[in-house]
Amino acid sequence: MPVLEVKDIEKSFGTLQVLKKIDFSLEKGETLAIIGSSGSGKTTLLRCLNFLERPDRGKIIVNHEVIFDAADPVTRRDSELRKKRLHFGLVFQNFNLFPQYTVLKNVTLALELLARERPDYKQRKKAILEEIREKGRNLLAQVGLSDKLDYYPHMISGGQQQRVAIARALALEPDILCFDEPTSALDPELTGEVLKVIRNLAERHTTMIIVTHEMDFARDVADRVIFMDGGVIVEQGSPEEVFGNPREERTKQFLARYKGN
Amino acid sequence: MNDIPVIIGRLTESFLLNCRLFALTLLFSLPLGLLIAFGSMSRFQPLKWLIRTFVWIIRGTPLMLQLLIIYFGPGLLNLGFSWPGGTSGRFVAATVAFIINYACYFSEIFRGGIESIPKGQYEAGQVLGMTKSQIFFNVILLQVIKRILPPVGNEVITLVKDTALARIIANKEIIMMAGEYTSKGLIWPLFATGIYFLVFVGVLTLLIGWLEKKLSYFRA
Repeated sequence: MPVLEVKDIEKSFGTLQVLKKIDFSLEKGETLAIIGSSGSGKTTLLRCLNFLERPDRGKIIVNHEVIFDAADPVTRRDSELRKKRLHFGLVFQNFNLFPQYTVLKNVTLALELLARERPDYKQRKKAILEEIREKGRNLLAQVGLSDKLDYYPHMISGGQQQRVAIARALALEPDILCFDEPTSALDPELTGEVLKVIRNLAERHTTMIIVTHEMDFARDVADRVIFMDGGVIVEQGSPEEVFGNPREERTKQFLARYKGN
Repeated sequence: MNDIPVIIGRLTESFLLNCRLFALTLLFSLPLGLLIAFGSMSRFQPLKWLIRTFVWIIRGTPLMLQLLIIYFGPGLLNLGFSWPGGTSGRFVAATVAFIINYACYFSEIFRGGIESIPKGQYEAGQVLGMTKSQIFFNVILLQVIKRILPPVGNEVITLVKDTALARIIANKEIIMMAGEYTSKGLIWPLFATGIYFLVFVGVLTLLIGWLEKKLSYFRA
């Protein structure tokens, strides 16, 4: 039973078509790696799933509910999208932590704001906020940052910042957690700690979509791999198939460049 | 009549007019400036260009001219109202002119500050399910304040000294008061007014520095 079905997504910027007929699905607990060279459309695809870009055509279905249909204006409204985008979490390449808040507050802020909409918020405010902080502390323990709760983002390393960003995305318990090149902005010696956290999440069967240039990692962690080029899905399959025995010529060329390194 | 304590007393009293004009201008022009900044960034093009043209006119003409037009305009142009008579009318007219003028300057500082915040900050808020206003007030605003504090500080200091322009529509502010003593052969009251301004600006400088330090706990 797929948790996510993406049907015929298309997206253009002006006259440039960035995504063409993107069609795939994702099972619960699966880790999907999307690989491809820069400009192949993989980041735009993630941004469409998180509604940072609005697809021009196609449908996005989560748990059998159509949360976006380009042909249905109701699902395109901002007010509709705000709640629906919570099905997805997104970890950015540049972390995008909030600099004025502590590590813990970065993780809890969105939950605190959402809690204000609860009917019992006024009566139970203190208890609710304490529950949220407890949850934040647990998530930060999970990414190995229990000792940094009160630090501000500029005081910790890039790898640690990205782990905070992962905890922040996890706090809202998304059905699907997306990563947009999560280690591309990091020094090589810091990528390991971030990949370890993601690997950990995969072992816990978190449903994830990871756009990455780390081929060894993708091969290792992903249950399924999609290779994109020129805005289309060229090939998809198990890591063994895509990396070990690619069918398409374009996939072979792409992978050959990485093996060179 | 011309002994020192009496003159000092009259200077101090007139300086209160400068202070009131300063405080009222700041109180209203900062929020009005934020509104104008939003207008000048509006996606509704006619509003955006209307606001930008208005800002251009206000920043492009002397404040002194604006004071005269705002004070004399309503009566001479038959706009259907005029300022209340006497000192209170002159003061209200001056305050209105100052608020409009400074709001326009502040709006450009705010616009620059808001536009300088990386897009990623908005996007991070969006994917966490925040509303537009939650993103602005909980994520963006403090970062903007930190960035614009130095230029805003500059404007605030300029405002202190600009209050002296209110004399053009016969508001008896401190320099006008001191000037009356020159005809009696006294120059020191003019020098004394300089000290009033220096002290006031000194206090403000300390205050702005304190605020900057307060916000130095994070980097943005």
